[in-house]
This record gives sequence, structure tokens and C-alpha cells, in this order.
Amino acid sequence: MEAVNFLDLNATTVFLLFLVGFIGGMVSGFIGSGGAFVLTPAMMSLGAPGVIAVASNMAHKFPKALVASIKRNKYGQVDIKLGLIMGIFAEIGVFVGKEFMTNIRTNFGDTGTDLYVSVVFIVVLALVGGYVLRDAFRCKREGGDVEGAEHITPRLAKWVQSINIPGTMMSFHSIGGKRVSVLFIAPLGFATGLLAASIAVGGFIGVPAMMYVLGVPALMASATELVVAFVMGMGGSLFYAWEGFVDIRLAMIILAGSLFGVQIGAIGTTYVRDYTVKMIMGMIMIIVLFSRLFEMPVYLSDLDLISTISEGTSSLLSNISFGTLALALLSGAFAILAALLKGIKQHKKQQADAEYAASVAES
Amino acid sequence: MTKPADKLAPGRKMLSTATLYTILYGCLSLGLYILLFVFNDEIRHMAEATSRGDKTLFFIPIIIALVFSLVHGAFTGYFWEALGLKAKKK
Repeated sequence: MEAVNFLDLNATTVFLLFLVGFIGGMVSGFIGSGGAFVLTPAMMSLGAPGVIAVASNMAHKFPKALVASIKRNKYGQVDIKLGLIMGIFAEIGVFVGKEFMTNIRTNFGDTGTDLYVSVVFIVVLALVGGYVLRDAFRCKREGGDVEGAEHITPRLAKWVQSINIPGTMMSFHSIGGKRVSVLFIAPLGFATGLLAASIAVGGFIGVPAMMYVLGVPALMASATELVVAFVMGMGGSLFYAWEGFVDIRLAMIILAGSLFGVQIGAIGTTYVRDYTVKMIMGMIMIIVLFSRLFEMPVYLSDLDLISTISEGTSSLLSNISFGTLALALLSGAFAILAALLKGIKQHKKQQADAEYAASVAES
Repeated sequence: MTKPADKLAPGRKMLSTATLYTILYGCLSLGLYILLFVFNDEIRHMAEATSRGDKTLFFIPIIIALVFSLVHGAFTGYFWEALGLKAKKK
């Protein structure tokens, strides 16, 4: 097996990692999916091999998920029971995924892991991003713009909730105390873990699965995913640390920025509507997809799977990929801050109106 | 009639508590990051040794992650509170 290839840390790299961590953290606190989907590609763009990026991301993610889930539990958004059960099944998925990744590295080297991570990213982002975005627009059209609008249980979730398999049923407060079979939760958890070990992002499966298969409202799904992320992230980090793949210096610099961001993101969720979370999530996913897509010819060429491309073209593609990723990060950060500021302004206006109405009523 | 100074007192007290914790945890967090940079090479060598098959210290990155997140997490939480950014109460 080739030697572990850790990044050399200089002032520019540290600054960029901190900045990327801050924005990634903000996105993560807001949509609940760890934020690693921007961090893994960002680390790869800065020169970390795929496997090191995934392993280090997991190590920074699980303690962050702990901090964020404690915070969002205070807002009553977390279903701890569902999170723990999904987390246990996710752990099995993480183990299988990590074995797979280690085998790819042994057989094809770091570029092999780069290609694998990128392909999984592109497929998952296209499927989930497209679905989430379509759903966000539908929610907006169908009255999601009314604050506190009642959560509509998707058709698939209604069917899942109607199936009774004796001995496997459990009730969850996030779906109004309704009962769901653990046999439905097990594959969802397993897939979440498998994806987490492949790209350090489990939330892309976990959050939509909870929303569309189990019927958990988006805000609660994104908050509960943090519990899943903590359970599987801690296990996954131990698995990867055992192989010596965790670059804890990299992970802690990203954590430095992302913990500032995650707090803003979590506070932001209390000011926005459900569909806003979906819309921002979908938008970022699609932009990150294109960022990975631009890197594909470079990896394919390095592995001799296509005819060799020139160094100039290769570096141009890498730069375009990095630029697209920066666009995703900045537009995500801008959208979240704008939603937060708008929410705070509206909230203050409502408070002022209520106070005025009360003073008029008194006089 | 209540004096304006009395009205301000509770707010002032809360802000100073958050600021105090921000400074306390901020110093602790800064200390941890200084240590991380000082021991940069040792951490790298440790991971390389683990990768080569010496698993004695494989868990150290996890301990580092937990300690940093608790201290730095507390710092960043108080930091925004000290700046007045709080969640909306429903």
C-alpha cells in the first residue's frame, strides 16, 4: 500500500480550510447533512487524496454533529430515538463502505479513490438534488409559504406507516407518535452509512429518506440526521483512524471554522420556512455536482481509462471545478444569511406590531 | 416609576456572562490550536506509523476531535450569544 499522503499546511491552506469550514458549517447547521458534501470536494481541490478527505471529514463531522444536535434538541427539532436506531444500522453501512474504499486504494491508489468518490457524488447529487429541488418548488406552490403550515405526509410515507409487521413496530414522536416497522428503517440506515463511508456525506440519503419514506417533517429530519451523523461518524472515524487515514490537523482546522458556521446555520433554521431549507439544499447540491463533473476527465486520464489529456487542460479543468465549488459555497452562504436576516427582520416587525396592538388595546 | 438604569441592569449582566465565557473558552481553544500546530509533525508521523501497522496510538485523532469540539463548540456558541444572535422563540 502506498504511503499516507497528508497535505502540507501553510498560511494560505490554513486560511482556505478555515473559510471553507465556516461556510460548510453554516450549510451543515442549516440543512443538517454534515456539510461534508462541500468540504470533501473542497479538501480534494486543495490536494488531499479522496480517502484522506473522506476520513478527515468524518473525524471533524461527528463532534460537530454532537454540538449541533444538542443545540437543535433545545429547539425541540430532534427525534433522538429515531436518530439512534438509524445510527446503529448506519454503522454497519459505514463498516462495509470503509472496507470497499480501502480495497479500491490498495488496488488503484489515491486516484482510484478520487474517481470513486467523485462518481458517487455525481450520481447521488443528481438524484437527490433534483428531487429535493422539485419538491421545494411544489411545497412553495401548495401553500408552504404560510408559516406554520401543516406538514403534508408524502404518499410513500403514508404507505410505509400503514404496513404492520408484528414484533418490529416502533412509534416515533417526529411522525406524530405513529408506528413504523424497524425493517423499513434498517435499509435506510444502512444506505446512509454506506454513502457516508464513501463520500463522508450520509445526510443525502438520511434526510430525504426520513422525509419521504418515513414522513418526518424537513426541519426535524435535518435535525435528527445530526444524531445519525454523530453515531456513524464516530464509528466511521474509528475505522478510518485504524488505517491511519485521518489527518486530524486538517480536520481540526476545518472544525475551527465550521463550528462558528454551524451555530449560525442552526439559529437560521428557527427563522425560515420548511421549503426554504429544501430549496437552498437542492441548489447547493446541483452546483457541487458540476464541480465534481469537471474533475472527472482528469481522474479518468490519470488512471489511463481515457486517452491522456494535456497538463494545461487538466489544470484548467481543476480550476473550473474549484471555481464552481466556490460558487456553490458562496451562493449557499449568501442564501442562508439572506434567509436569516429576512427572518429576523420579519420577527422583529411582528413583535413590534404585537406590542403596538397590546398598547392600543390597553389604552 | 422604574429608572432606566434598572431596566438595563439584567441585560447588561447577561451580556457580560456570555462575554466572560467567550473569553474563557476562546483562550482555551486558542491554546489547543497552538498545541496542534506545535505538534504538527508528531501528529503526521503518528498517522504514518498507524498506516504502517503500529496501531498503539490509532485512537489519538478521535480524542483530539472530541476535546477540540467540546471546547471550541462552547466558545463559538457563547461567541454568537455575546454578539446578540439568538434563536427565534416559537
